[in-house]
Formats: sequence, structure tokens, C-alpha cells
Amino acid sequence: MRISVFGSGCATCKKLHESVLKVVKNEKIDAEVEYSTDVTKIVELGLMHSPVLVVDGKPVELKSNSEKDVKEAICEKVGKKSNNKSCSCGGRC
Amino acid sequence: MDIFAPIQWFADWLVYVIFNVKKGTPLGNTVNFFVYDTIKILLLLAVIIYVVSLIRSYFPPEKTKKFLSKAKFPILNNLLAALVGIVTPFCSCSAVPLFIGFVEAGVPLGVTFSFLISAPMVNEIALVLLWGLFGWKIALIYIVSGVAIATVAGWIMGKLKLEKWVEEFVYKVKIKQADEKKLTIKGRAEYAKKYMIDIVKSVWVYVVIGVAIGAVMHGYAPNDLLVKYAGPNNFFAVPLAVLVGIPLYSNAAGTIPIVSVLIAKGMAMGTALAFMMAVTALSLPEFIILKKVLKPKLIATYAAIVGAGIIFTGYFFNFIIR
Repeated sequence: MRISVFGSGCATCKKLHESVLKVVKNEKIDAEVEYSTDVTKIVELGLMHSPVLVVDGKPVELKSNSEKDVKEAICEKVGKKSNNKSCSCGGRC
Repeated sequence: MDIFAPIQWFADWLVYVIFNVKKGTPLGNTVNFFVYDTIKILLLLAVIIYVVSLIRSYFPPEKTKKFLSKAKFPILNNLLAALVGIVTPFCSCSAVPLFIGFVEAGVPLGVTFSFLISAPMVNEIALVLLWGLFGWKIALIYIVSGVAIATVAGWIMGKLKLEKWVEEFVYKVKIKQADEKKLTIKGRAEYAKKYMIDIVKSVWVYVVIGVAIGAVMHGYAPNDLLVKYAGPNNFFAVPLAVLVGIPLYSNAAGTIPIVSVLIAKGMAMGTALAFMMAVTALSLPEFIILKKVLKPKLIATYAAIVGAGIIFTGYFFNFIIR
């Protein structure tokens, strides 16, 4: 899968990118993580805030940019894709 | 009757009875002021943020831009945009996508600027902190003048026809229509609660610092160190405060503790308000982010017009608050 963080280069955006990298590493999720400052992508998705987390081309709504909430959101995506087999977040997704 | 009387009663009881500090001494005044103001401001903050978040859930930016692109009365549109800016949470990270989104929806450039000026400068957190520390009159003055600056500056920018100074790609962006979220009353209440907790968690430190400084100044003899340099009689204090504010970047919550020190040390109220406005509305990091969509000439024009508005407001309040 492909996980992208779109942001305008602010501190909050970088924090989200770091959270995503940590989650992917800790949960051993097979994903390619990219960070992009191309804000037109955000607007094209119909959104008007930044940063935005996008998984396989679809924006993911986050409760907050904390590692815990990012993990929850990504695990939920992974769980749906592979019928919960590859998710290792201990039933928390 | 003062609605805050129970808090005063609690602060008196805690400080004079439980801590057994003598009433009327500098220490007693300081501790009492600290207890009373911290509780009062945190309570105000929680209640007002909750109410504003509820209101805000009816104005998501996606809806705001539709609404603003349809409104037809020139300066009234700017005023509306500035008013919506009050209830919009704003982080400079979102400035660029917001800008593109507004322009794409056909919101006039001047109206978009009114929103961009008002959103970081005027908000409920500034309102509460100013109300708690300096009284409701100062809070009202700040909000009204902030909205006025945003309205007028946006209107002037609209008149100047600056569309050519916006990067071309902005006009080419096409937006995929996002699904509009339908929120129930319960969903809105939940959103408001979560937002309130988030904000109180992130600003309580600033509140405590701001009040602690204020309390020390309140209890012990005020220091008039800055009167000579930044008091109402120094003509250059206002533009200087604005210039100093530009490279500093902070939100309203982070600025107010500094402002409370400056005022306690003798800075004139208008100068202090101008400083606070400059820190929140004219920020170098935000300009750098906006450079993605605006040509440098447009950013300079924007800074000059908003700066002039802030300087005017500073002089104006130094003149009327004596």
C-alpha cells in the first residue's frame, strides 16, 4: 500500500509524517510512505486543511495527529484490506 | 451580582484560611490574584471554546467558501469573511489549501484576504485571555478592531485588482467535489467537547504563566521600566512594536503572557495590542508558506496594508485609552 502525507511544510505536517513512519515501522506494515509539499493535491481531494493523510489515494480522517490516532487510522485501513490478518495492533483497530 | 463571586470566595478561603497568608500583604494579594484569575480564565476558556466550537461545526470551510462565493455586496462580503474568520480554527499550515480552495470556488481575492487576516488574529482564545486579564472592554476592542482591519484591508486589496500576482497554477486547480458530512446534534456536541479538551490542554500552561506574571506585578509595586520607551508618549513605540512582532511567530495564547508583562511594565495598551496583532497576523513563517501561491509583490502589499491597519489601531487606542 501507499501512504502519503501532504502538507505545506509546517511543523504539524512534519510531526504527522514522523508519526506515520513510526507506526509503519513499529507495526511492520508493508507500505511505502511519502511526504509531499504539493498542496494542490490536498485541494484536489476537496479538502482545505493541512496536513492530510492519504492511504492508497483516499484521504483518511484523523482524530488528531498523535501517534496513537494515526496508528488507529492506519490499522483500520490495513485491517479492511486484508481481513485483519496483517494487522498487529492487538485488537485495537 | 458578579458571576465570578463564588470563585473570589473560594480564592479568599483557600489563600487566607487554608494557606493562612495575611490579607492585604503583597504576598496575600499575589497568591489570591493568581488563584482567582487562573480558575476564572480556565473556566471562561472551557465554556467559550465549547460554545464557539458548536457554532463552528455549522461553518466548515467547505461550506464557508460556497457561501462567500455567492454573496454579492462588496464590503459586506469582506465583513462576513472576517466574522467567519473569528470562529475558524487556523494554523498557518492550512493557509495555502484554504487560499486555493477559496479562489477555486470563485470567492473574490479581497474577500479571501479578509478571511486570511481575521482567522489567525481574532479568535475566541484571544477573547477569553484578554477578557480575563484586562477586562471585557479591552477584549471587545481587540475583536472589533481586528475585524475592522481584516474587513478594510481585504476590501482595499480587492480594489487593487491583484489577481495577476497570484501564481497561475492556482487558477488551474480543479476540485473533486468532496462529500459533505452530515453532523447530528450529538456529533456536534462531541466535536465541541473534543476540541475544548484539546485547546485547554494545549494553552493552560500559557494561561498559568500569564496569570503568574500578572499576579506578581499585581501584588508587588508595578515597574514602570517601559513607560519611557513604550508608554503613550513615545511616538515611535507603535511602529516599532509592529516591526518586532513580524519575525516572531506565535498564536494568541502564546503571545498574551508576553503582552501582560509588557503592560505591567508600563507599555501603553494600544502599543501592546498592536504588538499582539503583528505577532499573530503578520508572521514571517506564514509569508514563506504563502509564497507557494502568492508572488512576493502580493505578499509585500498584503503585509504593508495589514501593517498600516495595525499601526493605525495602535495609535488610535493609545489616544482613547489614557
